[in-house]
Amino acid sequence: MQAFTTLTGVAAPMPEANVDTDKIIPARFLKTIARTGLGRNLFANLRYRQDGTENPDFILNKEPYRKAEVLIAHENFGCGSSREHAPWALLDFGIRCVIAPSFGDIFHNNSFKNGILPIRLPREVCDQLIEDAKLGQNARVTVDLERQVVVRPNGEEIRFEVDPFRKHLLLNGLDDIGQTMQHAPAIDGYEAKQKAAQPWLYSAAPGV
Amino acid sequence: MSAQKPRTLFDKIWDAHVVETLPDGTALLYIDKHLTHEVTSPQAFEGLRMAGRKVRRPDATIAVVDHNIATDASRYGTIEDPESRVQVETLEKNVKEFGVPYIPLTDKRQGIVHVIGPELGLSLPGMTIVCGDSHTSTHGALGALAFGIGTSEVEHVLATQTLLQKPAKNMRVSVDGTLALGCTAKDIVLAIIGRIGTAGGTGHVIEYAGEAIRALDMAGRMTVCNMSIEAGARAGMVAPDQTTFDYVKGRPFAPKGEGFDRALAWWKTLPSDADAHFDTEVRLDAAQIAPQVTWGTSPEDVLPITGSVPNPAEVADEAKRARMQRMLDYMGLTAGQRLQDLGVDVVFIGSCTNSRIEDIRAAAAIVKGRKVADGVRALVVPGSGLVKEQAEQEGLDRVLKEAGFEWREAGCSMCLGMNPDKLKPGQRSASTSNRNFEGRQGPGGRTHLLSPAMAAAAALAGRLADVRDFQPKGAV
Ligand code: SF4
Repeated sequence: MQAFTTLTGVAAPMPEANVDTDKIIPARFLKTIARTGLGRNLFANLRYRQDGTENPDFILNKEPYRKAEVLIAHENFGCGSSREHAPWALLDFGIRCVIAPSFGDIFHNNSFKNGILPIRLPREVCDQLIEDAKLGQNARVTVDLERQVVVRPNGEEIRFEVDPFRKHLLLNGLDDIGQTMQHAPAIDGYEAKQKAAQPWLYSAAPGV
Repeated sequence: MSAQKPRTLFDKIWDAHVVETLPDGTALLYIDKHLTHEVTSPQAFEGLRMAGRKVRRPDATIAVVDHNIATDASRYGTIEDPESRVQVETLEKNVKEFGVPYIPLTDKRQGIVHVIGPELGLSLPGMTIVCGDSHTSTHGALGALAFGIGTSEVEHVLATQTLLQKPAKNMRVSVDGTLALGCTAKDIVLAIIGRIGTAGGTGHVIEYAGEAIRALDMAGRMTVCNMSIEAGARAGMVAPDQTTFDYVKGRPFAPKGEGFDRALAWWKTLPSDADAHFDTEVRLDAAQIAPQVTWGTSPEDVLPITGSVPNPAEVADEAKRARMQRMLDYMGLTAGQRLQDLGVDVVFIGSCTNSRIEDIRAAAAIVKGRKVADGVRALVVPGSGLVKEQAEQEGLDRVLKEAGFEWREAGCSMCLGMNPDKLKPGQRSASTSNRNFEGRQGPGGRTHLLSPAMAAAAALAGRLADVRDFQPKGAV
C-alpha cells in the first residue's frame, strides 16, 4: 500500500448526499480480477453518455478537475455495497482523499486499506471547502495527515480527527495482515479454547 | 464472565470472539464462518499468493458463484461474457489451489450466498459470519453477528481467520403489535428505513425486537436483517428463539445429536439481558405499516402504495430539493402522480432479500389463476437450487408459469446489472431486491422496491398496485 503523508492538489466539489457505491463504480465494472485499471470507469454512468462519449457537464470531465486528487462531498458518501472496487476506482483515477460529513461504514474502512484518507468534517466546513474547490486551479487544498489538518487556499487550517492506528498504518504504508500475523500465538490459543467449548464449529470441512 | 453489566445480543457475541484487544481499543475479532463469491475474492486470493500465505481455516470457509452467472440453461455451457467467465474460472482455480470447499454451478445447492448459508446450516446462531458482500447482514436473522467486508478484509480473514474491528454501537428497533393483512417483513424493513434514513444506523448494529419481529418466520427475519445495510447499519440481528432453533435443527451442516444440545444450551444464553443498554432506540407500530414502495433512487425514498410522488417545491432545503428533482427526472416521475398509476415494464421476484420458498409461495398465492398483464416481463428467480426444487415439488413453478412468469435458475440475477438479466435504459421495474440506486439493475433502469406479494400484484396489474386489492383466489 502506498503511504499517505501530505497531499497538495486540486479538489473536486461534489455537493451531493448519499453518493452510493453503484454510482462510484457500477456493478458491470466489477468483473475484473485486478485492483488496477478501474479509474476509467469511476462514476461511469455520470461521466459518460449512453453513446460512450464524455458528458461535459460532469465535474471530473472539466478542467482542472480531471486531475483532482481530493473529492469533497455531502453526507453518507460511499453508502451501499462492500465493493472495494469503489476505493480502487477512486485511487486509479488519482483521488487520494475524500472529505465529507459522513461515510458509509464499509467504504470508510475500505478506503484506509487502500491508501485513501477519508476525512469527516462538519457539513458547514465541507460547504466552505466546496466553495473553495469551485475556484478550480486557483484553489489548491493541502491535506496533512501527520498534523491532521486540511489547509484551505487562504491558509486557514482545519483540524480533523483520525483513528491513531489507521493513521499509523497509512503514514507508513503498512498492511494489516502483517500486523495481525504477529498475534498468531493468541489466535492459536483462542482456537484451542473455542474448539474445546464449541466443537461443532470445527467439524470437518463441509463435504463439498 | 460473571457479575458484569447487562449485555446485548451483540455484546455477548462480540465478547465471545475477541482474541485480543489492542492498546487503542481495536479488537482482533475471531471469525467463525467466511463465505466467499467470485466478485470480491479474486484480488484477495491474489494477495495471499503474492505474499506466500495460506488460507488459515479452509474448513470455516465456503465458496459459491452467484453474481455473474446467467439464470437460464445457457449457464451450464461456456459463460458467454469473457470477463464473467474469467471471474468464475478464477474462483474455481483459487478454491482448488487453496483447498477451500466450493459449491459449483452444477450442484443443486448452488445459490445466492446469503440464501445458502442459512439453508445449509453453515450459518448458525452465535457465530461471527463475514462475506465480501454488504448483505451478509442477512445471516443476523439467526442471532449471529454477520457483516459485509471489503476485499482487503477478505484477504485478512483468509490469512488469519480474524478481523480488526472497533466495537459498534447498539441500536434496538422494536416493532410492536401485529402486521395488517397484505403486509410483510419487506414492508417492515422499508418502513424502518423510511423512518431512520439510509444513514440512520451508521456505526450501529441493529437488533430487531418486538412482537411483530418475533412473529416473523426465519425467511421474514432474513428479509429484515438483509436490508440493515440500507439503513447504514453494520449488521442487523434478531435474538435466537424457538423459531430459530426449529429452523436450524436438521440442516445439513448444523450440529447433530449431543453437539446440537450443547450448541442449543449456548444459543439460549444469547438474547439481550432485560436491562441491557442500547445507545439508540426506535419504535414502530406494525399496525400502522401499509404495503410500501420506493419512488426514488435511495431506499429511504419510500411511501405507502396509496401515496403520491412527492413535490420538490415543498422541500425547504435547497440541496435536498435539487436532489429530489434529480431523482424524479431519473425515475421519469412528476410530482403528485399517484404511485398506483405508474406502469411497469419488468417485475423481478428474487435476490437475497426475497427469493426464499416463503417469498415464492407469497407471490404464487397472489397470481394463482390470474395472468401477467400484457407487455410486462415478469421473472421469478429462486435464491438457490434447493429453493427451486422445493417450489417445483409444491407446484409453484406451474402456477407462476401459467400466469406468464419466467421461472429461472438460482442466482443474483436482476438484483444488480452484472449478469445477462438487466433492465434496459428507461425501463421501470417492480423489484423485490434491496437497492433502487441509479443504474443498479442496469444503466438507466428505474427500480421500485417492494414485497414479493406486491411485486406479484404489479405483474398482474401492469402497474404498481395495492396487494390488498388482489386477495388470493383459493389455496395454492
Ligand atoms: S442478490 Fe443482490 S444484494 Fe444479494 S448478494 Fe446478490 S447482488 Fe448482492
